[in-house]
Amino acid sequence: MIARVIVTPKAVVNDPQGLTVKQGLASLGFREVSDVRVGKYIEVSLDTSSEHEARQRVEEMCRRLLANHVIEDFRFDLVRDGQHR
Amino acid sequence: MKFGVVVFPGTWSDRDCGWVVDQVVGAELTYLWHKDTDLKGCDCVILPGGFAYGDYLRTGAIARFAPLMEQIGEFADRGGLLWGICNGFQVLCEAGLLPGALIRNASLEYRCEWTSLLVERTDLPFTAKCADRDVLRIPISHGEGSYFADPATLSRLEQRGQVVFRYCDPSGRVVPAANPNGSMHNIAGIVNARGNVLGMMPHPERCAEAELGGTDGLKLFRSVADNALKVLVS
Repeated sequence: MIARVIVTPKAVVNDPQGLTVKQGLASLGFREVSDVRVGKYIEVSLDTSSEHEARQRVEEMCRRLLANHVIEDFRFDLVRDGQHR
Repeated sequence: MKFGVVVFPGTWSDRDCGWVVDQVVGAELTYLWHKDTDLKGCDCVILPGGFAYGDYLRTGAIARFAPLMEQIGEFADRGGLLWGICNGFQVLCEAGLLPGALIRNASLEYRCEWTSLLVERTDLPFTAKCADRDVLRIPISHGEGSYFADPATLSRLEQRGQVVFRYCDPSGRVVPAANPNGSMHNIAGIVNARGNVLGMMPHPERCAEAELGGTDGLKLFRSVADNALKVLVS
């Protein structure tokens, strides 16, 4: 089982990286870009076959370490090994 | 007054802090390795600057799980003096010992420069030797020092007077132009409600001798060293 975790800065947190990428895209002519947020993608491989259990454990991992709730939001999905690419 | 300076893999300001404590102030010093499990009787523990555990994931995120951090949390609960400088401030926020977080500088630049700081609390063991509304000249050196807290936390900090240092111009005016990193309310340093845990982004250990271009940082070290209020460590 693999958890695909996405961590993004909260909407209320300034994201200077996103702003800079947005400006870069604008200078390349991508005028339709109205906003860019830069976050993190984390893959966690788990030795478990229970999706229910994996969901609970990954949720806890996100809350305790992978994301900082003060500044970041997280979401994830679960895929079976070999199916994620 | 015995100082302990914590060393994580990746810490880089430990010797600078140790030098000021030992050679400039003349106080008792010990280094505390992150895997240690006791604080060796220290009265003040300094979490110095650097990149603890490479700042992997987020600044301070891994350091907070070091074996020593459990002892440090209990030490702070007992009223021990805990002082986080730069990366140390980031660790204290990640550990939940101080509210808020430090995020990427608004400029996206690593800023290494002198700043002026308005001192808003002089009743603390860390600032007792500062004059009321003193302006200190202390350098910063960080890429992720922009202080962030949600509106409720920020207003609680302000109401309780927990903002200790604010970036200001040399005459002490807190203006946007004096803010080097985009910190909310120009915040450079905060203290917990009890007044024994201080976090600050600027580096007082880098300006404690005239040879380094300034001695304002020494005021803070001397404040702690000469702290007449005996720390309540059991």
